[in-house]
Amino acid sequence: MINTTVTGTVLDENAFFSLRQCCALCRVDAQFIHEMIDEGVICPSGDNPQNWSFAATQIKRIQITLRLQQDLRVNLPGAALALDLLEELAALQEQVRLRQ
Amino acid sequence: MKFKDYYQTLGLKKDASQAEIKQAYRKLARKLHPDVNKSHGAEEKFKEIGEAYEVLQDPEKRAAYDKFGSNWQAGQDFKPPPNWDAGFEFRGGGFTQADSSQFSDFFESLFGKSSGARHARPSFHARRSFDTRGQDVHAKIVITLEDSYLGAQKTITLSRPVVDQNGHVTTSPHNISLTIPKGIIEGQQIRLEGQGEGGSGQGGNGDLFLEIAFEQHRLFTISKRDIQLLLPITPWEAALGATVPVPTLGGNVDLKIPPGSQSGKKLRLKGRGLSAASQSGDQYVILTIVTPEPITEAQKQIYQEMAELMPTNPRKGLF
Repeated sequence: MINTTVTGTVLDENAFFSLRQCCALCRVDAQFIHEMIDEGVICPSGDNPQNWSFAATQIKRIQITLRLQQDLRVNLPGAALALDLLEELAALQEQVRLRQ
Repeated sequence: MKFKDYYQTLGLKKDASQAEIKQAYRKLARKLHPDVNKSHGAEEKFKEIGEAYEVLQDPEKRAAYDKFGSNWQAGQDFKPPPNWDAGFEFRGGGFTQADSSQFSDFFESLFGKSSGARHARPSFHARRSFDTRGQDVHAKIVITLEDSYLGAQKTITLSRPVVDQNGHVTTSPHNISLTIPKGIIEGQQIRLEGQGEGGSGQGGNGDLFLEIAFEQHRLFTISKRDIQLLLPITPWEAALGATVPVPTLGGNVDLKIPPGSQSGKKLRLKGRGLSAASQSGDQYVILTIVTPEPITEAQKQIYQEMAELMPTNPRKGLF
């Protein structure tokens, strides 16, 4: 058994990433990020690619999109639709949970 | 090791056509995908159908599996027959379609292991990259609300491939101790750089992403950073006001119930939710009035007196 102590980074509300960092983190090229922005899947803050800033929630949307594309063979608009519906479903489930 | 009935996993009969196998898999994959299905056990089932499909979609592997599969029941103790794999060229890591490190021992005993860095078909856990860096690994870690409220130390065990002196690849358990920071909330991720799968050549390791999920709590429900508690009170506590003890994640506190409170009233305990350095959460206490059942004559008398002294029509607004 090998034991290691490691330090991690928490991707919370305070974590923001530049386009370059975002590409490295999700292992995608900038072109793909542009396509996702065009599709409305993610929305960085900042007015041009040089000062774009991606929040942790955006990173998660990119990661989920990649997994849906790879595992379920959906295209980008399909993944965008699935993400929106999943978000809505989660919000409804929470409402139900809080009412119980 | 238990025998796995791959047909049963996909809900199919043994004579299913290749087209039926594909349809059944795709339908179940959409339903069980861990990003789509948040229920416990979905991730495990998603892996199982992936493994079943890996075998059944390949006519060669399916034929091999069928050769002995007819005599076995799911869950039976299983040992591959001696020399069973003779003549199957994919034995010993020969298969090229999948990331077998995610598959069961049963699968490995039949079709062998992959030799390490070869992962042609990405899965939920391992995804393809264009360089030779190791795969990123995505996993879920379930913690309690208390773990987040107080911060915690967790040990997770990962199974990872190790190359021994003779160049053989084996998997060995690997403990990672991890600090759960105070105020982390569901859905947030902890990224452990270089703790994903090993790369080949100069590629370096992938990263490990741990997504936080909360165990269901006996008393509290959670909405982002805010904790919610349903607090039962008596009619006289509601009417006259009272100070009652209330559980919070940080221990009991006294809560003042204002006179004239109704069921459903929400009281806020500031800062008693999941707070991180820059964001704070509160606890909401929702009052629910419990009406005691009158049993003795004297008790019934009191309700009767209330009816006479406090005539009220709560249904006024309905008509």
